[in-house]
Amino acid sequence: MLAQQLVNGLALGSVYALVALGYTMVYGVLRLINFAHGELFMLGAYLTLSATSAWGLGGHPAAGPLVVIAIGVAVLVAGVGLGLEQVAYRPLRRSTRLAPVVSALGASVFLQNAVMLTYGPRYQVLPENLVPSRSFAIGNLELSVLQLVILGVALMLMVGLYLFVQATPFGMAIRAVALDQETARLMGIRVDRVIQWVFVLGPALGAVAGLLIGLYYRQINFTMGWTYGLRAFTAAILGGIGNIPGAMVGGLLLGVLEALASGYVSVAWKDAITFFVLILILIARPTGLLGERVAEKV
Amino acid sequence: MRLTTPRPLIHRLRGARAAALLVLLAVAAFPLVVQSPYWIDVANFYGIYALLALSLNLVVGEAGLFDLGHAAFYAVGAYVTAILNTLLHWPTLWLFPVSFVAAAAAGVILTRPILHLRGDYLAMVTIGFGEIVRIALTNNLFGLTGGPNGIFGIARPALGPWAIRQPAHYFYYIWSFVAAAACITVRLQQSRIGRAWNYIREDEVAAQAMGIDVVRMKLLAFALGAGLAGVAGNLYAARMTVIAPERFNFWESVVIFSMVVLGGPGSVPGVLLGAFALWVLPELFREFAQARMLVFGAAMVAMMVFRPEGLWPGTVWLRATRSHQGEGGAGSAPEAGATGIPGSGAELAASPAARGGRR
Repeated sequence: MLAQQLVNGLALGSVYALVALGYTMVYGVLRLINFAHGELFMLGAYLTLSATSAWGLGGHPAAGPLVVIAIGVAVLVAGVGLGLEQVAYRPLRRSTRLAPVVSALGASVFLQNAVMLTYGPRYQVLPENLVPSRSFAIGNLELSVLQLVILGVALMLMVGLYLFVQATPFGMAIRAVALDQETARLMGIRVDRVIQWVFVLGPALGAVAGLLIGLYYRQINFTMGWTYGLRAFTAAILGGIGNIPGAMVGGLLLGVLEALASGYVSVAWKDAITFFVLILILIARPTGLLGERVAEKV
Repeated sequence: MRLTTPRPLIHRLRGARAAALLVLLAVAAFPLVVQSPYWIDVANFYGIYALLALSLNLVVGEAGLFDLGHAAFYAVGAYVTAILNTLLHWPTLWLFPVSFVAAAAAGVILTRPILHLRGDYLAMVTIGFGEIVRIALTNNLFGLTGGPNGIFGIARPALGPWAIRQPAHYFYYIWSFVAAAACITVRLQQSRIGRAWNYIREDEVAAQAMGIDVVRMKLLAFALGAGLAGVAGNLYAARMTVIAPERFNFWESVVIFSMVVLGGPGSVPGVLLGAFALWVLPELFREFAQARMLVFGAAMVAMMVFRPEGLWPGTVWLRATRSHQGEGGAGSAPEAGATGIPGSGAELAASPAARGGRR
C-alpha cells in the first residue's frame, strides 16, 4: 500500500515538477509569478488531443507519432509563451509588482476561455492505449508502463534542463540574469533575449507535462490549468521559488504528499492537507526547502 | 527618485469632500431614477464587491501585503451569518458585527504565523488558506456548513416590523455599508495607522527602524481587511438567503484582487472604479455570453499594460518608477529568491539587495 502510493505519487509529482520548472525559471529572471503558466500546460494537453485525432491514433501503441506530437506541441506552446511575454509582461517590466500579477491573471482567463470556446466546455477524452497498457507486478506493487514513461520522460527533461542551465554558456547567461540583471546587461548579455528563451523553455516543458497528464488520466478539461497550475506553483514555492533543483524536489514531494493524503486520509481533503503541510513548511523555512535563509536588507 | 507628498494636501481635501458628497447624492438617487429591479440588483452586487475591494485595499493597497485568498474571510462572514441565523435564529441584521469579529479573528489567527513571509510566499500561503477554507466548507465541516449545497433559508435583514425585501431597500442597506467603509478607509489613510501601513509598504526595514511595530500593524491591516470582508459576507448571505462554498473559490479572490490593482491600490475612488470595471461592465456585455470572459481576460491585460498604476492611482508608490528587478518590489521586503548552495551554481535568483548591499 505505502510503496504503491509512493510510486503513484512520484509519477504525478514528476509532472508537477515539470510544470513547476516553468514557474521557477520565469520567477528567477523576472521576479514574476506567471499565473498563466497553468493554462499553457492545459493548452499542451488540448493540442495533444487535436494532434492524436488528426493523426487518427488510438487503440494501439504509437511511440513514434507520440514523440513527434510531443515536440510539435512543445514548439507551439513555446510560441504562445513567447507571445504572452511580448504582450502581457514586457510592457510591465518596469512597473510596480502588482500590475504584472493582474496582467498574468488576465492572460490566464483569456487563454482558458479561448480553449473553452474552441473545444467546448465539456470534458474531452484522449484515445486509449497510446502507450502499452501493461503493468509490471513486483510483489504487490503495480508499475504501469505509462507511469514508467511519465517518470522517464520527466526525469530526462529535468536532467536535460539542469545540464543546459549549468553547463552551457547560454545557461550561464540565464543564471547571470537571474542573479543581477543590470550587471548581466553590462557584461554584454542580451537580457531581453534571455528572458524570451526562458519563456520558450518553461512553456515547452509545461506543454510536455500537459501531454503526459493527458495520457495518464485521458480526461481533460479547460479548467485543468487552474488546478494543476496551483499545485505546481505550490511545488515551486515548496522547493524555494527561483531554484531549479528546488522545483524538481518540490514537485516530487508534493506528488508523494498528495498520494499519501488521498491514500491514508481522504480524497476529499487531499488538497487541504497539501496546502496545510506547505504552510507548516513555510512557517519553519520561509524561503522554501532549498531556499537559503536570506538576511534582511539594511 | 521623486519625492512626492503621499496624501493630498488639506486644501485639496475640501474639493474631495464636495465631490464625495455629490457622489453620495448620485448614489442615493440611483434607485429613484433607475426603476428596473434588475439594474438595482446589479448595483447591489456591485456594492458588495465594492465593500470587498475596499476591505482588500487595506491589506494590499495600504499595507502592501499580497493577499490572494481574501474570499476566505468573505466566506467566514457569510457562513457565520448563515449558521447562526438558521440554527439559533439570530436576526441577520444584528449578525453583521458578529461576522466582522469572526472574520477579523480568522484574519489574525491565520496570518499571525506567516507574517514574516515575503511577498510571493505570502501570496501562496493566502491562496492556500483560501483553498483550505473552501474545501472545509465543501466537506461539511463539523456538520454545520451543509456540504457542497451550502445553506439555504437565511432570513432577510429586518428591524422590528420593517423587513428588507425589495432590491431598492437592499440597495440603501448595502450602500450605507459601502459609504461607511469608504469613510473609514479615508480616515485611516490620514491617521498614524494609515501612514504606518504606507511606510511598511514602501520599505519595511526603514519602517521598523522608525519605531513602527511592523508585526502589529500588519496584523491590524489583516484584521480590519478580513473583518470588512466578513461584513460583505453577511450582506451577501442576507441578500441571497442561500450560500454555497463554490461562491468563495480562488477565482473570487482573484477578481477582488484585480479590482484593487486595476482601480488603483490605496485610493478609494480608484478601488470603487476597479470594482465597477470588473463587475458592472461585464454585466453590460451579457449578450456576448460565451465570449464575455475572453474579452474580460484580454481587457484585464490591456488595462494593466496601458495603466499599470491603476485607473485612479492613489499615493504614488515610491518604487513604482523603479524596476522591480533586484530592488525588492514595491511594498514588500526585498524579494530574494533562493540562492541554493553557493558554488553549486544551481541558483536562479538572488537580488543584489539580498546580498546585503544596496547600490
